[in-house]
Amino acid sequence: MIDPRRTSSAQWADTWLGVDVGSDISLANAMAREIIHSGLANEKFIQHGTSGFDAYRACVEKYTLERAERETGVPAETIRQTAHAYAKAKRAQICWTLGITEHHNAVDNVLALINLGLLTGHVGRYGGGLNPLRGQNNVQGGGDMGAIPDRLPGFQHVENAELRAKFESAYGAKLHPRQGWHLSAMFEAMERGELTTLYVLGENPIDSEADRHRAVKLMSGLEFLVVQDLFYTKTAELAHVILPGSAGWCETEGTVTSSERRVQRVRAAVPPPEGVRDDMEIIYELAKRFGRDWGKPDAETVWNELRSLSPMHAGMSYKRLEELGGIQWPCYDESHPGEMYLHSRLWREPLIGPRAPFSVVEFEPPVDALSEEYPIRLTTGRHLDSYNTGEQSRRFPSPLRREATLDLSPEDGKRYRVSEGEQVRVSSRRGSVLAPVRFDPGLRPGLAFLAVHFHDEIATNDLTIDAVDAKSGTSEFKATAIRIEKYVEH
Amino acid sequence: MSEQLQAPSPLIPIPRAPAPEIPVPAARRDVQITIDGKRVTVLEGATILDAAKTLGIETPTLCFLETLTPVNVCRVCVVQVEGSRPLVPACSRKVEEGMVVWTDSERVRLSRRVVLEFLASSVDVSTALQLQAYMKRYEARPEKFGPRAATVVQPPKIDNELYVRDYSKCILCYKCAEACGVDAQNTFAIGVAGRGFHAHIATEFEIPLTDSACVYCGNCIGVCPTGALMGKIEYDMRAAGTWDESRQTRTETICPYCGVGCELTVHSQAGQIVRVSSPLDHSVTQGNLCIKGRFGWQFTQSHK
Repeated sequence: MIDPRRTSSAQWADTWLGVDVGSDISLANAMAREIIHSGLANEKFIQHGTSGFDAYRACVEKYTLERAERETGVPAETIRQTAHAYAKAKRAQICWTLGITEHHNAVDNVLALINLGLLTGHVGRYGGGLNPLRGQNNVQGGGDMGAIPDRLPGFQHVENAELRAKFESAYGAKLHPRQGWHLSAMFEAMERGELTTLYVLGENPIDSEADRHRAVKLMSGLEFLVVQDLFYTKTAELAHVILPGSAGWCETEGTVTSSERRVQRVRAAVPPPEGVRDDMEIIYELAKRFGRDWGKPDAETVWNELRSLSPMHAGMSYKRLEELGGIQWPCYDESHPGEMYLHSRLWREPLIGPRAPFSVVEFEPPVDALSEEYPIRLTTGRHLDSYNTGEQSRRFPSPLRREATLDLSPEDGKRYRVSEGEQVRVSSRRGSVLAPVRFDPGLRPGLAFLAVHFHDEIATNDLTIDAVDAKSGTSEFKATAIRIEKYVEH
Repeated sequence: MSEQLQAPSPLIPIPRAPAPEIPVPAARRDVQITIDGKRVTVLEGATILDAAKTLGIETPTLCFLETLTPVNVCRVCVVQVEGSRPLVPACSRKVEEGMVVWTDSERVRLSRRVVLEFLASSVDVSTALQLQAYMKRYEARPEKFGPRAATVVQPPKIDNELYVRDYSKCILCYKCAEACGVDAQNTFAIGVAGRGFHAHIATEFEIPLTDSACVYCGNCIGVCPTGALMGKIEYDMRAAGTWDESRQTRTETICPYCGVGCELTVHSQAGQIVRVSSPLDHSVTQGNLCIKGRFGWQFTQSHK
């Protein structure tokens, strides 16, 4: 378990590496160097299925265990043992979540982990692999269906003319031939005045975007904002038009795709509340107003159109999804069982398709640097019983729910002379909030934690930085420099 | 240079490859046994319960569940095995070549009946529908012990807004403790305390659930066969006389929260969700959920 905080999962781990926030690449590269120097690299696989190894080896050569200990705060011997355990394991997986991806160098962090998988051959084999654990029930499905800037459904690139033509002929419409903007690029486009109209479905960016002051300012300046949501969220408060949406999982028919690429059916169990329409019906109605009659909205019809355009979904009829309890893509035809794991092609003799490339990635500390003025590293995260901005999860009476607090190590409590429950002022370079203190022995001195669920009590994103990873568009929610001060009421 | 050219381009789809290989479990030997005079062949490692099922013989079980380790405490599944002095629990006893088993002999029926009578005389079985069906089948008469028979009656424990523990209804099958422990959740908030008639399910030192290690996954509710553990909404509706399973529908769908993809069974009554459970036979989590999946659905009915 690698986590700056000693979480309850870390308490179950055989080994916990309490890595410093944002030093993951140093750790991964030092593990790689140790694996190479100990003769534990899978040379046969590197030779057969990968490219770019020489440049990678030259890069990681700089990351000695001693350097990594300095940069990560993890003892050199622990890094060495972890490297050996990973390389020697019969089967090994690396699983990660937002601690890797909510950084200004998110994609580089992921590439550093992919490098380890390629180095040891723990990819493309039963029981092994690289797993980004998805935090939402259909975030995988959203991307699969083309809700990402550069891909059409089934990850077919929008800038590939042949693929685009296939969709254009099926849709009877011309598609924009260039990739679009991801969320952070949209905010930049608002800043430049190029993006003036926004239609937001089931998202609450006012509470979820980093650097909230900026998000509020830019979204308030939109000429036309439409919000389709279950609730009157902070984002909906800014909207010119609100379309009340349905709860996808229990009020509508369709599919979602889980973290393991499993497409599964969702079904309507209860009718939506009065005055609320099925999300698909709303979109069909909009199409009608734009002059296109798509007929009667029906989830299975839409799904079958997708199957005719996306080869990796072609074999997933509703009937088969039902019979098999979901199918993992790719599933090319109705006799295909779906695939439990990906990339086995890299082991085929002869190799099928292109080699998997190693990537040269270097350690870069978080953008919001610690200083005398802002000496504490704040990281953000989630509680077991809560979910994102809390719109759904705050509406059930959870006995686990705690008051919103700033979590500090007991040592820092002593150092800054604050006691548990005491209100303190928490400031970053962008804003400041008031928060009661709670001591968490799972934090080490110099590390603080705020949850993202309780923006009405503590607006965490008043503090966070919108340093964005250019490749993924994700902000560095995980690393903010803060200071705390005793709060005196006037 | 050539290596650079071979790097994948995002514009070009990766070619289709043969489906990946999945290791096949080692082959198991066939074992032949005789149950109630009929011969049956099953794979080595199967239990008498499995073998009986393939013959269409229904064996009553209370503490057994296919997703939990057998603990052999309820003794309601006992069968007679030739050559064995005591009756043996069908749920855990593995088949052996040539075994001769009787599942409906007078001795088996008597044993099952007495077990059911002991339970029903000491425990409130009013919401234990399966147990009631077994009582009918074995003509159990718990009232024969008279009105002074000892019972486990006690007030229900209502210490949180999500679920109620009514141990007057507990037959001590251990399933909840197993689901809380190594068989599912690994939280160990509850266990079996005390001895003999005083054995009972308890948190450590009998502290309230809200002070215990409980994470409110409710996997204990999912396995409870008697209704001793029950969602608060169902408990309140039953108390108000509005709980009516004949008017409820069940719909299979997927949890709205994280990316695991747990299958949910939504129980609804009059257009409102009243309970969420999860099918034991689903490959993703075998019936197990977390606090959000089992209890976090109330937002769909929120009017705030």
